[in-house]
Amino acid sequence: MAILHLEHLAIDLQTAGRLRRVVHDVTFRLAEGEAVGLVGESGAGKSLTSRAVIRLLPDGARVHGAILMEGRSITDMSRESLRSYRLSEVAMIFQDPRAHVNPVRRVGDFLTEALVERGEDRKKALEIVTGLLATVGIEDAERRMRQYPHELSGGLLQRVMIAAALSISPKLLLADEPTTALDVTTQSDVMVHLDAQRRGRGLAMVFVTHDLELAIAVCDRIAVLYAGHLVEDSPAAHLHEKALHPYTRGLLASRPSPTLRRERLAAIPGRPLSGLEVQEGCVFCSRCAHAQERCQKERPVLRELGDARVACHRAEELLEGGRSGGADGAEFEVRVGDRG
Amino acid sequence: MILRLVAGRLAMLAVTVAVASIAIYGALYLAPGNPATLLAGGHATHAEIRLITRQLKLTEPFFTRYWDWLFGLLHGNLGESFLYREPVASLLAPRVLNTVFLVTYASVVIVVGGLALGLASALFKRLGMGITILTGVGLATPSFVAAIILITLFAVDWKLFPVFGGGAGFVDRLDHLTLPAVALALSWLAYTSQLTRTAVEDEVKKEHVETARGRGIARRHIVTRHLLRNAMIPISTVSGITVAGLIAGDVVVEQAFGVNGLGSFLVSSALDKDFASVQAVALILVATFVVVNALVDIWSLFLDPRLRAKGA
Amino acid sequence: MAGTGTPLLSAAGLLEEKRAGGGLLRDPVVLVSTGIIVLLVVIAVFAPFIATANPDSSNILAVNEAPSAAHLLGTDSLGRDLFSRLVYGARLSLLGPALIVCISSAAGTVLALAAAWFGGFFDQMVSRAADVLFAFPGIIFAIVAVSVFGRGLVAPVIALAIAATPYVLRVTRSVALRQRRLPYVAACYVEGVPAWRIGLRHLLPNVAPIILVQATLAFGYALVTLAAISYLGLGVQPPSATWGLMVATGQAAILGGHPEQSLYAGVMIVLAVVAFNLLGNRLAAHLET
Repeated sequence: MAILHLEHLAIDLQTAGRLRRVVHDVTFRLAEGEAVGLVGESGAGKSLTSRAVIRLLPDGARVHGAILMEGRSITDMSRESLRSYRLSEVAMIFQDPRAHVNPVRRVGDFLTEALVERGEDRKKALEIVTGLLATVGIEDAERRMRQYPHELSGGLLQRVMIAAALSISPKLLLADEPTTALDVTTQSDVMVHLDAQRRGRGLAMVFVTHDLELAIAVCDRIAVLYAGHLVEDSPAAHLHEKALHPYTRGLLASRPSPTLRRERLAAIPGRPLSGLEVQEGCVFCSRCAHAQERCQKERPVLRELGDARVACHRAEELLEGGRSGGADGAEFEVRVGDRG
Repeated sequence: MILRLVAGRLAMLAVTVAVASIAIYGALYLAPGNPATLLAGGHATHAEIRLITRQLKLTEPFFTRYWDWLFGLLHGNLGESFLYREPVASLLAPRVLNTVFLVTYASVVIVVGGLALGLASALFKRLGMGITILTGVGLATPSFVAAIILITLFAVDWKLFPVFGGGAGFVDRLDHLTLPAVALALSWLAYTSQLTRTAVEDEVKKEHVETARGRGIARRHIVTRHLLRNAMIPISTVSGITVAGLIAGDVVVEQAFGVNGLGSFLVSSALDKDFASVQAVALILVATFVVVNALVDIWSLFLDPRLRAKGA
Repeated sequence: MAGTGTPLLSAAGLLEEKRAGGGLLRDPVVLVSTGIIVLLVVIAVFAPFIATANPDSSNILAVNEAPSAAHLLGTDSLGRDLFSRLVYGARLSLLGPALIVCISSAAGTVLALAAAWFGGFFDQMVSRAADVLFAFPGIIFAIVAVSVFGRGLVAPVIALAIAATPYVLRVTRSVALRQRRLPYVAACYVEGVPAWRIGLRHLLPNVAPIILVQATLAFGYALVTLAAISYLGLGVQPPSATWGLMVATGQAAILGGHPEQSLYAGVMIVLAVVAFNLLGNRLAAHLET
C-alpha cells in the first residue's frame, strides 16, 4: 500500500483578493521507503505540492482533490489529528535553515522541541538528539546544542534541521530544496547525510528541487512538474535514456554534461510558465519544438507508458524518434540565457 | 564582548547623571536676581537672606558649592527645605513608598495589559480593528484627562474606588492607587499594545514560525516560545520611552488623585519655589529614569543573542 | 530657518509628489485629521467671532447650568459660558505647542545640519549633548524651569522646546548625513558654492519632509505636556483659559456631580492630539513608501 497518495491535487491561492489556481493536476503514489523527486522550474508548483502534504499552505489557500497518508485524508484532519500527524509521522526540511530556525533560541531547544511537545522527558529527548547529531556528522554535539543558530554555519545548521526532522522518527520526509540556500561546497556534504539517513532508516521522501540531476541521484522516481501540472513520472534510473516528456528532455539537455563537450548549453526556448498562466491545450506546447495542432487544442491526460506515466500526446512517437536520433535534446533550439 | 557593552552603557549612565545634576543645580543661578532671595521665598527679611547666603556659602565659587551639594547627596543629605525648615530627605521618606507603589503598579498594568491586548489584536484579526481604534484614542488621552474620566465614572457614579489619597498598608494602597495606576498606565498601555501588535505581526510572518507549525507545536507554545519571545526584543528596545513617560506621568497623576508622593511634592515645591526640594526630587526622578533606562538597554542585550555576539 | 515657511513649502511638495501616486490627498485619514486641525486653528484664530459670550464674565446666578440656547454647553461653577471658554481656550492651548514645535524644529535642524556638515568634534559634541538631554523627561525640565523663572507660558515653552530639540536633531541629522555623503554635495562644494547656501538650498529641502512629519508628531506630544503643565497650575494662570487649566478647575465640581467642564476640555485635548498623531503617522507612512 502506498504511504502517500495524491489524487488530482489542485491548489488555489488567494492573490489580490481572489482565488487563482496555481497547482492544477498532480497525481502520484509514494510507496513505503520510496523517494520521489518533485522537479520543475520556479512557479511550477512543486513547493506548494510538498507543503500541501503537511498542510502548510498560505492563508486562504484552498485544496482540491485528495491527499491521503496511509489512507487518511490530510485535508479533512481535525486540528488535533493534524498536530499528532505532524508530531510523529511527517517532517519537513526547509530550504533556508537561517530563516527557518528561531534565531533567539538555542540549537538544543530547537532540536528537542518536537519531542518535548510530544511528551518526551527532556533528558531523554536530549539523549536522542545528541545521538542524531553524531549521525549527521556533527561532532561536539553538547557544545553545539548550547549555541545559538547564528553561531553555526549554514551547512551545519541544515544538518541540525535534518536531525530535528529525524528526531520524531517520521515515516515520511519532505525536503524542500534543502541545499539550495547553502554554499556550493557544503551542498554535497549535507545531501550525503540526508541521503544516507533516509536510506538507512527506510524513510519515504518527497524531495523538491529544481536540480534534475541531483534528484536522479538521490530519488527512486522523478515527478516532473510544469505550470502546475504533473507532466511525467518516471523511474530515476531510466530517465537519462528514456525521458518521455519533451520538457523533461529539455531539462536534461540544459545541464552541462561532464562527458560531453559542446559549444553552447542547450536551453528550452521561452520563459517557464507558472500555474497562473495556463491556457488551453498542452501546458508546454508554447515552448515545445514538437507541438502540433492537437497539442494546442487538447490537453493531454497523464497516462501509463511502461513503468512510467506521461502527459504528452506524442510521447510514443518521440520515444521512437529519440531512439533513432540518439541525441539528447538536439531537437531543441539551442539558445542561451533565456531561461527566466 | 558583552561585559564591555554593559560597561559602556554604565559609563554613559554616570556621565548623564553627572551632567543632569550640574544642570539641575545650576538652574537656580540662571534665575534673575539673587538666589538667596529666591530660596527664601518672597517674604524673607534681609537677615534671613544673609543667613541663607552664609548657610549655602553663596559667596564661594559655583563648583565648590556644587561639589558640596553633590557630596551631600551621595551621603544622603538632600539639602534643607526653606519652606518647611526640615531636611528634604525626611520630607521625602514618607512619600517615596507611595510613588514606588504607584509606578510599579502602573508598570504591571502596562506590561500585562499591553502585551495581552497587542497579542490579541495581532492574532485575532476581528478584534484587531477595534483594539487599534481603542488604543489610538488611549494613546492620545493624557493621564490627567484619563484621571478625570476615571474619577467621574468609578469614584462618583459607581463609587467603586476611593478618589483621593494614597492609603496605608498594602491592601488599602492597592485600593487607593488602582485608579491612579490605571490613569497613569492608559496611554502607555495603548503604546505597548500597538508596539506588541506590530512586533508580533512581523514575527508571525517569519519562516521559523512556519517551521514550528509544521512540526506540530501547539499554538499556545508557538505564541509563548516563538512569537512573544522574539517580539520581546523590539518591544523592550523601545520601552525606554515608556519609562520616561511613567516618570513624567507620575507627577501629574499624583496631583490629580491627591496622592502624597514624590511627584505631587515636586509640583507643590515648584509652586512654592522651595528650590532645594525641587532640586532633590528632580535629580532623583532623572537619575531613576536614567538608571532604569540603562537596565532596559542591558536587558535587551540579553534578550537577543545576536546582539550579544555583535559586541564581541 | 525651518520655522514655518519652509516646511509648508515642502508640505506642498510632498502633496504634489504623492498626487501622482494618488496617495496623500485620497487618504481619508489624512483628510479627516487635517480637517480637524484646520477647524481647531480657525476656532483659535476667530475666537471672538465664534464665542457666544465673554469667556471671563461670571454670573453667580447661573452656575453649573445645563446646556441651553444661551449657553450652548452650559456654565461652570462661576457661571461662565463653557462653550466660549473652550473656544478661547483653543488659543493658548495651540499657541504653546506651536511655539515649542517651531523653536525645537528650528534649533534641531540648524544643529543637525551643522553637525552633518562639520562632522568630527562638533558632531560628537552635539550628539553627546543630545544623549544627555534625552535623559530629561520634558515635564520635569519644565517644572524645574517654572520653579526658577516662575509660572506662565514662557518658561514651560522654552523648557519643553529644549527637551524636544534632541528628538528633531537625531532624526534630521541622520537624514542630513545621508544627503551629505551624496556626490552632488561634493560637486557643489568643489564649484565653490558657500556652505550655508548648500545647506539652505540642497540639504534643507531634502530633510524638510522628515522635519514636517516630526513636527506633526511632536505637536501632539507638546500639546499633551503643556496641557499637563497647565493642569498642574504651573502654566498660564487663571482667569485665562486653556484646556489643561479647565480640566483642573473643573475637577472640584466633579464630586458635586458636574464633570462637564473637565470632560469637555479633556475631549478637546484628546481630539487635537488624535488628529495630530493620525496625521503624523500617515505622513510618515506616505514618506516611507
